[in-house]
Amino acid sequence: MPMPEPHAITREGKESTAFWIVGFVLLFVLPVLNVLPPEDSWWHVSDFALNRFGKFLAFAILALGLDLIWGYAGILSLGQGVFFGLGAYCMGMHLMLTIGSESVYGSALPDFMVWNQVKELPFFWKPFYSFPMAFLAGLLVPALCALLFGFLAFRSRIRGVYFAIITQALALLAWLVFNRNETNLGGTNGLTDFKQILGFRLSEPGTQLALYVLTVLCLGAAYMLCRWIIASRAGRVLVAIRDSEQRVLFSGYSPADYKLFVFVVSAALAGLAGMLYVPQVGIITPAQIGVLPSLEMVIWVAVGGRATLVGAIVGAVGVNLGRSILTNHFPELWPFFLGGLFVAVVLLFPDGVMGLTNKTHEKIADWAIRWRKAQVVEEKQA
Amino acid sequence: MDEARLLMRSRAGTAVIAWCLVWALPDGLAAEPEKSVAQLSALEQALADLPSEDETKRERAILVLIEQGDASFLPRLDDLRANADRSLRLAIKPVADLWRNRANLTDPDADTRRSAATDLGASGRILAISWLEAAAAKESHRWVRYAMEESTQLLRLASDDPAVKVEAAAKLGELRSQNAVPALKELVQAANEPSATDRQKTVARAAAAAVERIETWNVWSTAIETLFRGISLSSILLIMALGLAIVFGLMGVINMAHGELMMIGAYATFVMQECFKAYFPSAWFDAYYLAALPASFCAAALFGLILEMTVIRILYGRPLETMLATWGVSLVLIQAARIYFGDLTAVAAPAWLSGGAQVMVGVFLPFNRLFIIGLSILCVAGIYALLFRSGIGLRVRAVTQNRNMSACLGIPTRKVDAYTFAFGSGLAGIAGWALTLVGNVEPGLGQNYIVDSFMVVVTGGVGKLAGTIIASLGIGGLNKLLEPSLGAVYGKVLILVLVILFLQRRPSGLFAIKGRHADA
Repeated sequence: MPMPEPHAITREGKESTAFWIVGFVLLFVLPVLNVLPPEDSWWHVSDFALNRFGKFLAFAILALGLDLIWGYAGILSLGQGVFFGLGAYCMGMHLMLTIGSESVYGSALPDFMVWNQVKELPFFWKPFYSFPMAFLAGLLVPALCALLFGFLAFRSRIRGVYFAIITQALALLAWLVFNRNETNLGGTNGLTDFKQILGFRLSEPGTQLALYVLTVLCLGAAYMLCRWIIASRAGRVLVAIRDSEQRVLFSGYSPADYKLFVFVVSAALAGLAGMLYVPQVGIITPAQIGVLPSLEMVIWVAVGGRATLVGAIVGAVGVNLGRSILTNHFPELWPFFLGGLFVAVVLLFPDGVMGLTNKTHEKIADWAIRWRKAQVVEEKQA
Repeated sequence: MDEARLLMRSRAGTAVIAWCLVWALPDGLAAEPEKSVAQLSALEQALADLPSEDETKRERAILVLIEQGDASFLPRLDDLRANADRSLRLAIKPVADLWRNRANLTDPDADTRRSAATDLGASGRILAISWLEAAAAKESHRWVRYAMEESTQLLRLASDDPAVKVEAAAKLGELRSQNAVPALKELVQAANEPSATDRQKTVARAAAAAVERIETWNVWSTAIETLFRGISLSSILLIMALGLAIVFGLMGVINMAHGELMMIGAYATFVMQECFKAYFPSAWFDAYYLAALPASFCAAALFGLILEMTVIRILYGRPLETMLATWGVSLVLIQAARIYFGDLTAVAAPAWLSGGAQVMVGVFLPFNRLFIIGLSILCVAGIYALLFRSGIGLRVRAVTQNRNMSACLGIPTRKVDAYTFAFGSGLAGIAGWALTLVGNVEPGLGQNYIVDSFMVVVTGGVGKLAGTIIASLGIGGLNKLLEPSLGAVYGKVLILVLVILFLQRRPSGLFAIKGRHADA
C-alpha cells in the first residue's frame, strides 16, 4: 500500500520554526486581537469567531491522535468519535452536576432525569461532582475502552479493513446506546444547558477566552507528545508496522503491543478533545459520536495529509472552517462537498494539503537548482 | 354425472336445513324464510319503538330485534342510526353488528367471514351458536371454520350448564384458542372465591387444564414465529451480503456505497410503480413489481459499472482508500436522493404479496417475508451456478486467484473486474427491490443495513459463499432471538461483542482462505 513518507522525521527543523510562529499567533495574537481593538475595528476578532476557532483546535487535538494511529501506524479507526464522545460526556456530566438547582426545573438532578422520572442520581454520576475526577475520567474512560477493544482486536490480528469495519460497528453501537434514555445520559438530546465551569460563568467572554487559550496549550502539548512518540524508537517501529507488519513480527517485535499503546494514546487525545469541546460548544449529543462524525474525522486527517502531524491540524481546522461556511450559506450542499472531498482526497491528492505544499516546495527547489546551474553555465561561457 | 351432482346438492341442502331447524328451534326461532305476520308486525313495532324516550320500551324493542330480526332490516337500522342521538346510536350498534355479522358469515370473502365469526364469538349472544354451527357445516376454508368453531365454543362457555361449560373448555383447549384465554382465566379465578360451589370448581379444573394447554402451545408458536422472522431478516442480510461478498471477497474491494446501490434498486422499484400508475391500465398495476426486478437490477448494475470505471478501478489493491472514496460516493448519492425524491417514499406491495398464510394456530407467515426467503434461496442458487458452473464464473475465480497468470492466458482481467463489480451491484439492486416489501423507501435506507452486512462478510470469511450464508443466518437469527429479551439496541451490542470474541478464535472468519497468505 503506497503511503507518504513520514515527513516529520526528515523535516524537523523547518517544522519547529513554524510550530513556534503558529503557536505564538494562536496563543497571543488572536486573544490580544480579541481583547484590545474596538469591536468595529477590522482587526477585531469577535468572541464568536474565537470560540469557533477554539472548537476547531479541539478537533485538531483529536486529529493528531488519529494521524498517529492512521498516518504512522496504518490503523484506520472509524470509531474515533466514540472516544471523543466518552471524553465529552465525562466533562458534560460534570458540568451538568455543577448547574445544581439553577436548571429549568430547579431540581438538583439534571433536567432530563426529571423528565424521565429518575428520582435518584445514578451511581456512575456521583464521582463527577468533583472536577479532578471528571477530568481524569475524561482521559481514562476512553483510554480504558481503547485498551480493552484494542487488546481484543490486535491480539487476534484484526487489521486493515477488518479493523475499520469493526470500529465502525463500534461507532454505530455507541450511537445507539447513547441515544437510549434508560442509560441516563440524556438520550437523543444529550447534555446541554451548562452554566459554569470551576465557578466561572460559561457565558462570560473571559471564560471562553481562557478556554480558548487552554485549548491552544493542550494542542501544543499534544503536538509535542505526538512528535516525541514519532521520533522515539517506538515511532519508528510503528512506521515499520505500517509498511509491513509481518516483517516487524519476524524481527522479534510484538506489533500488537506497539499498536495497542498508540491506539490508547490516540483515544486519550480524543477524550481530551471532547473535554475541551464541551464547555466551548455548550452541548454534546449522540449525533456527535456516530458513524458519520467518526468518518468525518478521518477525512480531516486525509485532507491535511497523512503522516504529517501539522497536516492533521491543518486538515481539522480547514475542513471544519469550510463546513461552517458552507452550512451557513448552502446547507443542502454540504453532503455533496464532503462526499466530493472524500473522493477527491483519495483520487486526486492522496498526500493531502501537506503533500501538495511539499510538492510545490520540491518544484521550487528543483527550479532554483536548475536556475543556479544555468547561471554557472552562463558564467563559464562568459 | 349431472344427476349425481344434483342429488348431492339437494342432500346437502336438506342437511343444512335440518341443521338449521335443529339449532334454531331451541332458541325459539322459526325457520327463516317464512316469517309469520305476527313476527313481522312485532319487528315493525320494535323498529318504531326504538327511538322512543322510554327506556324499558327501548330495551324491549332491542330484544325483539335481536331475537327476530335479520339482515334485511339492516338498511332501516342504518337509516335510523344516521340521524339518531348518541345513546340511541349506542343502543342500535350491537343489534346492527349482530345482524351484519350474521349476514357476513356467508360473505364470499374468507377474511370477512372469519372476522364475522370472531366478532360473534366475542358478542356473547347465545343465539349466535346456531348460526355459527350452520355456517361451519358449510364452510370449506380451514381457518374460517376454525374461527367459527372457536366462537361456538366460546359462546357455550358462557352457558349455564356446567357440563356444557366443561365440554366447551376442553374443546377450546384442544383448539388452542387464543381468544378464550381471558374467559377461561376468569372461570379459574371464580373458583378461587370462598363462595365457590363444587360445580364452579369442576369447571375451573377444566378451564385451568385448557389454559395450560393453550399457553404451552403459545410458547411453541412464538418460537416458530421468531425462527421465521429470524430467517426472513437473515434473508435480507444475505441478499445484501452476497453482493458485498462478491465484490469484497473476490475483488478485495470494500464498497461502502453498497447500501446506496440498494437504495437505487429501491428507488427504481418506486419509479416503476409510478410509471405503471401513469401509463398502464390499472388492472396491470400489480405487474409493476415484477417489471421492477430487471429495472432495479439494471439500474444498480449500471451505476456500479460507472462507479467501477471512474473510482474503483484506480484504487484496486488499496482497500482503505476504496473504503473512503466509496463512502464519499454514498454521501453524495444519499443527498442527491434526498433532494430529488424527498424524505419518504412509499412503495405499495402488490396485492399478491399482501396478507399471509396461517400454517398453524397462532402462527401466521406473511407472504412478503416468505417471498424474500424464496428470493434469497434463488439468489444463492443463481450465484453458485454462475460462479462454479459456468465459464464466466471460472474466469472470475481465475482472476481472483492469480491475476497475472489469468492475463497471460488471455482472460481480459479488467473486463472481468468491471462485470463482476456490476454483477455484485446488481445484487444490491435486487436486495433494494426486496426491501421495499418490508420498509419505506428513504434516502438513508442503505445505511441501516451496511454495518450489519459488513459484519456478516467479516464473520463469514472473505470470498466464501458458505461463510456468508451461515454468518447471515447466524447474525440475523441472533438479532431476532435477542430482540425480545434485550431490546434491539442491546441485542446488537451483544452481537458485536460476540463477533469480536468469535474473531479471537478465527481471525479471518468462519471459512478462511487456506494457504500461505502472509501479508495480503
